[in-house]
Amino acid sequence: MDDLLKFTYAVDGDNFTSAGQASVNVKKNLRQLGFDAETIRRVSIAMYEGEINMVIHAGGGNAEVFVKDDCIEIVLTDNGPGIANVEQAMQEGFSTAPDNIRSLGFGAGMGLPNMKRYTDSMTIESEVGKGTKITMKVLL
Amino acid sequence: MTVRQLANNEGFEALALPEEDRVIDGVYIGDLLSWVMGRAKADNAWITIMSNINIVAVASLADVACIVLAENVSPEQKVIDMANAKGINIIKSALTAYEVAVLLSKNN
Repeated sequence: MDDLLKFTYAVDGDNFTSAGQASVNVKKNLRQLGFDAETIRRVSIAMYEGEINMVIHAGGGNAEVFVKDDCIEIVLTDNGPGIANVEQAMQEGFSTAPDNIRSLGFGAGMGLPNMKRYTDSMTIESEVGKGTKITMKVLL
Repeated sequence: MTVRQLANNEGFEALALPEEDRVIDGVYIGDLLSWVMGRAKADNAWITIMSNINIVAVASLADVACIVLAENVSPEQKVIDMANAKGINIIKSALTAYEVAVLLSKNN
């Protein structure tokens, strides 16, 4: 299926304070395209959680958002350490985030579960030592 | 109640009100940002003691009417600047989260 639109963002792994800029930007773009508020909320929250994960764990990465006929697809790719146990990482409350991240209000083990909750499908491809690719779809 | 009306209460201080006419509908209280993002509803007043810069992005994505920093928690200036740039309202209050929620409940 053809992509009607594509947005691409580099997520800066060294700058935790700017994390979220890509998601806020996507939210603005989707609003201008006339998508309904709930769809925009789901896409932007799922993407923000992914962005934060890439900043905390992977030293940054890339975020791509495809607007298609039947869905909005978010693809997050990083060259970080990978996820050793995906099933464990998907459990609410499981976290490997360091204390300094927790003191900022993140690292509660809600990231991946929130991403799954807010999207209609989510696949995780991860290899320890190589990186992680997460593909999420929100159906229209 | 609008965000401006809330800020005008005694013990409240407007730190950033780029969207002062937004109407508050309901309250969410929480400090874990992922939890807040997942549970707060659009147009809620979000009461928290978390004041780092990420609260601006969370408020924007969750589409809350305003952030209320309870118990006189003060953010850095860069947080206020970012809030103004992104259209996010931030109000500081001397009250506790519970007291702010009670006040909002009485006025809604």
